Amino acid sequence: MEHLLNLFVKSVFIENMVFAYFLGMCSFLAVSKSVKTATGLGLAVIFVLGITLPVNYLIENYLLKEGALKWLGAGFEAVDLSFLSFIMFIAVIASMVQLVEMVVEKFAPVLYNQLGIFLPLIAVNCAILGGSLFMQQKAFNNIGEASVYGIGSGVGWFLAIVAIAAIREKIQYSQVPAPLKGLGITFIITGLMGMAFMGFMGIKL
Amino acid sequence: MSSLFSKKNIQLLSGPLGTNNPITVQVLGICSALAVTAQLKPAFVMALSVTVVVAFANVIISLLRNTIPNRIRIIVQLVVIAALVIIVDQLLKAFVYDVSKQLSVFVGLIITNCILMGRLEAFALVNKPWPSFLDGIGNGAGYGLILLIVGFFRELLGSGSLWGFRVVPESWYLANGGFYSNNGMMILPPMALITVGVIIWVQRSRDTKLQEK
Repeated sequence: MEHLLNLFVKSVFIENMVFAYFLGMCSFLAVSKSVKTATGLGLAVIFVLGITLPVNYLIENYLLKEGALKWLGAGFEAVDLSFLSFIMFIAVIASMVQLVEMVVEKFAPVLYNQLGIFLPLIAVNCAILGGSLFMQQKAFNNIGEASVYGIGSGVGWFLAIVAIAAIREKIQYSQVPAPLKGLGITFIITGLMGMAFMGFMGIKL
Repeated sequence: MSSLFSKKNIQLLSGPLGTNNPITVQVLGICSALAVTAQLKPAFVMALSVTVVVAFANVIISLLRNTIPNRIRIIVQLVVIAALVIIVDQLLKAFVYDVSKQLSVFVGLIITNCILMGRLEAFALVNKPWPSFLDGIGNGAGYGLILLIVGFFRELLGSGSLWGFRVVPESWYLANGGFYSNNGMMILPPMALITVGVIIWVQRSRDTKLQEK
């Protein structure tokens, strides 16, 4: 249990999807103009990551990696289907996002309209595919670890986008030089936040 | 029939290098631009890979544009892109294995590189194959330009080398009795963000039309 908690804290702060690995930057920059939409998108990302990571873990371990197909019979032990990972993972992600879209449209239509095109764009949010690809590299021991990693990564991304949205709302009233307004200053602020999160890197969990 | 390299087509190649740059103006393709630019060589390989994938994906989708049903177009695009990326990934593993290891997950992440979906939706679905190919090459080149600039500064200031070749003389370093030491921050993620911020600053100072209100 403690091990799972460590994994969670590690994926939220120390290996934060945005600040350590730069994943999900495009929607991070585009949707962070207001805290409300940022929160909505962040929650959707947590949900999608929390679902796709366990499913992709099962696919990776029972279908794709070398020796995974041995449950089919003795002859299949040497089969290595890992080159199909990209297609399989992205297919799972696209379907899960379709599901989330339907749920959000039914239960929170206002949020659905606010997010607009960015909701289906979660399917191509690098943080989602990146989470699955990192999971492949890290070779977790069981599905529980993979799920915790998924939810933790989602929470980390959520934290990042809500924080930058809050800051961007505040600097609306600051005197940013014209060439830096909007995109430029957001990059620099994100860089500074990244430096702050680096403070977590020395923590050994 | 307009010529192969008419003015409009040349514009497709030159636009993304300046006023329509995918990273600094269209805000696409940011993730990989920051992650793989700690050194110049992986940045160059990544830029080349993305250019190839965008160009060919543009052509394929443009050829299919009148036959794809609207409801499944995202899935068709993703399948085409994923297939191309798998090919590129296998080629990289075969010919430049050490760089492919450095790029690790980011080769796979070309699939979700927003430049691809962005150009497919905005251009390839409504244009002929040849202009789509040029648009793909142009955007890949614009993306590559930013990657090379960021990679240049990060590697030079962060490791004192360029493309793996030592540029700052060994004798300059503190450990060898000199005065210089590498700026370790440049290799780390945050400085990549700030470097791109500065590039945007420079670009928008020179071209005031790009500034946001």
